[in-house]
Amino acid sequence: MGENTRDLLRFATAGSVDDGKSTLVGRLLYDTKSVLADQIEAVQRASVDKGLTTPDLSLLVDGLRAEREQGITIDVAYRYFGTPTREFVLADTPGHVQYTRNTVTGASTAELAVLLVDARNGVVEQTRRHAAVLALLRVPRLVLAINKIDLVDYDQAVLEAIAKDFAGLARSLGFADDAVVTIPVSALVGDNVVERSPHTPWYEGPTLLGHLESVPVTGPEADAPFRLPVQYVIRPRTAADARSADASRWGDLHDYRGYAGQVASGTVRPGDEVVVLPGGHRTTVASVETADGPLAAAAAGRSVTILLTDDIDLSRGDVIAAADAPPRVTDELDATLCWLAEKPLRPGARLLLKHGTRTTQVIVGDLRDRLDTDTFALEQPAELAINDIGRVALRTADPLPVDDYADIRATGGFLLIDPPTGNTLAAGLVGDPLVLVDLPSRAPSTPGP
Amino acid sequence: MSIPTVDALDALESESIHVFREVAGEFDRPVILFSGGKDSTLLVHLAVKAFAPAPVPFPLLHVDTGHNYPEVIEFRDALVAKLGLRLEVAHVQDWIDDGRLVERADGTRNPLQTVPLLDSIVEKKFDAVFGGGRRDEERARAKERVMSLRDAFGRWDPRKQRPELWNLYNGRHAPGEHVRVFPISNWTELDVWRYIQREGIELPSIYYAHQREVFRRDGMWLAEGPWGGPRGDETLERRTVRYRTVGDGSCTGAVESTATTLDEVIAEVTASRLTERGATRADDRLSEAAMEDRKREGYF
Repeated sequence: MGENTRDLLRFATAGSVDDGKSTLVGRLLYDTKSVLADQIEAVQRASVDKGLTTPDLSLLVDGLRAEREQGITIDVAYRYFGTPTREFVLADTPGHVQYTRNTVTGASTAELAVLLVDARNGVVEQTRRHAAVLALLRVPRLVLAINKIDLVDYDQAVLEAIAKDFAGLARSLGFADDAVVTIPVSALVGDNVVERSPHTPWYEGPTLLGHLESVPVTGPEADAPFRLPVQYVIRPRTAADARSADASRWGDLHDYRGYAGQVASGTVRPGDEVVVLPGGHRTTVASVETADGPLAAAAAGRSVTILLTDDIDLSRGDVIAAADAPPRVTDELDATLCWLAEKPLRPGARLLLKHGTRTTQVIVGDLRDRLDTDTFALEQPAELAINDIGRVALRTADPLPVDDYADIRATGGFLLIDPPTGNTLAAGLVGDPLVLVDLPSRAPSTPGP
Repeated sequence: MSIPTVDALDALESESIHVFREVAGEFDRPVILFSGGKDSTLLVHLAVKAFAPAPVPFPLLHVDTGHNYPEVIEFRDALVAKLGLRLEVAHVQDWIDDGRLVERADGTRNPLQTVPLLDSIVEKKFDAVFGGGRRDEERARAKERVMSLRDAFGRWDPRKQRPELWNLYNGRHAPGEHVRVFPISNWTELDVWRYIQREGIELPSIYYAHQREVFRRDGMWLAEGPWGGPRGDETLERRTVRYRTVGDGSCTGAVESTATTLDEVIAEVTASRLTERGATRADDRLSEAAMEDRKREGYF
């Protein structure tokens, strides 16, 4: 560790068909030298086969055979590259087929999203849809990459008009002005992706990679109140167990009872007052353990094992939370759903809901409204179909400790699951995380039933 | 007490531990696929850390092609003994002996692992099978889920993958189906090596440069063994080599290398111009979509 320490940024890309997203991702990989010789040779061979004179970098991110045959991208693909200061995990989301499903999936783990537009077309319907999904999923930071600037002769006026147009859209979707950065690029030529373009002297901002290297890697969860969904209770049962796990370091394990989980938000320290939910027991953190020893503090994202001062009944599915700012415990939820399945959702459906480490039964109540992602108008739906976004009322069999998704993503997000097939039907967001500003058609959120 | 950091390796380690604990919490009979190679050794290391100070609550399964490097088998057995783990071995040879499998004309047994793997899963009723696959290895793997459902035939259908949202993994499956779990999906080859160095993880000696009798085939250095040796005008020669992956001896090539320490291996991987699979795995060269095809059939 020490001087070799690099941090990790998870980000997503979104864009409509033909905006050159594959080429942009290929360019990032190529220019950061993340592509190795055998991959480049494969792309060069394929480019020659296609009659091209320069390598088609989009082939670098070409995926499955079905995709190559149809010339489309079906599914989110994960890419990895790095620079001396930072590693990147990129969720590359395809633009057309099932765009909501893919964008929601990619955005759910992203601390930043790069949204592409074609400089010749500017902000189009797809841009509005993608931006709405990114806003709904509360991706903390946005980059608008205006691609193909070489095709508009690097015209500053064109770019400023698109940037202004998009700034208005982003503002109406609730993004703060400083959360959005606009960068003019040409993925094909390489302008402002990794290398600064000689053709855009009027552009003073960072290159795309420069920006990706400098934004904070942590989201708002870092400063939120502490939450940890318990995954597993660690209890070495016998002396033999303790021996095999290097007992000398752990001491007497007779009464060891550790609550294993990943810190979902905030920071936990020994001595912190916590509450265990839904039960409601208050206790104190005795120790924050890892296999390498105890920690003085563990922040969001860290997998730890919590020891408590009191011997209370606690199991998988419970949430350990800051005692002075706990989540609310409820069996009635107002939630926003991104419906991802072919089978539509109708009121009265009986499904499973997975929240944190707990899965419980759920009955769907009223479908309150459906968001038209083109006009941002709200409609009264009879059902939610695939790729629809809508607000619903839910009633769960067990009470759940939840936060509004807008406050804490990790404890405000949930899955809806189809009991007979086990398939994931929806991404669920507690509350109404999409804040539309200056759009009078949006009705105010109503309290629960 | 150590100070919390947002180091990339810490982030990856935490994510992997989270996956192990989810599976322990939700499945009845998980198993870790273990070959003695660096990725599966990393898996075992992470599993130990996920459940310490309790023991790892799963056994290991080695689908043994019989085309092994003795150093790797020694390493495997020593690690299992040291950690007090339970190891199951499915010998591909048993399947060939009783006629369930037929030896391939080219002598390669890597593709033959699929049937013993699926048979073992059914026989032992394993419901979650951990593998050391990484998304950076190969383009079909770039679209693999961390938790990936397989039908009763072990097949992977990329069009029917469940969307994977936040860190909420949906491992629900019907009886007879199982889930493949890839806790190190987001690690790169370099991450693996850096972490091995940071944690002081022991590996089989063949990962470090050593003298070996090898012959050249398809641009790779292959070792002589029970799977065969040089043919035609291929000749054995003594070279200083190391392995970047450990697989079936018939199709896993060595690379010429003088890297005898972890620092030197990391320097070499950093400077490498070839992917680890492209450089040394003949099984991925069988066709352009070789990995995709094998994954669909239930390969790991």
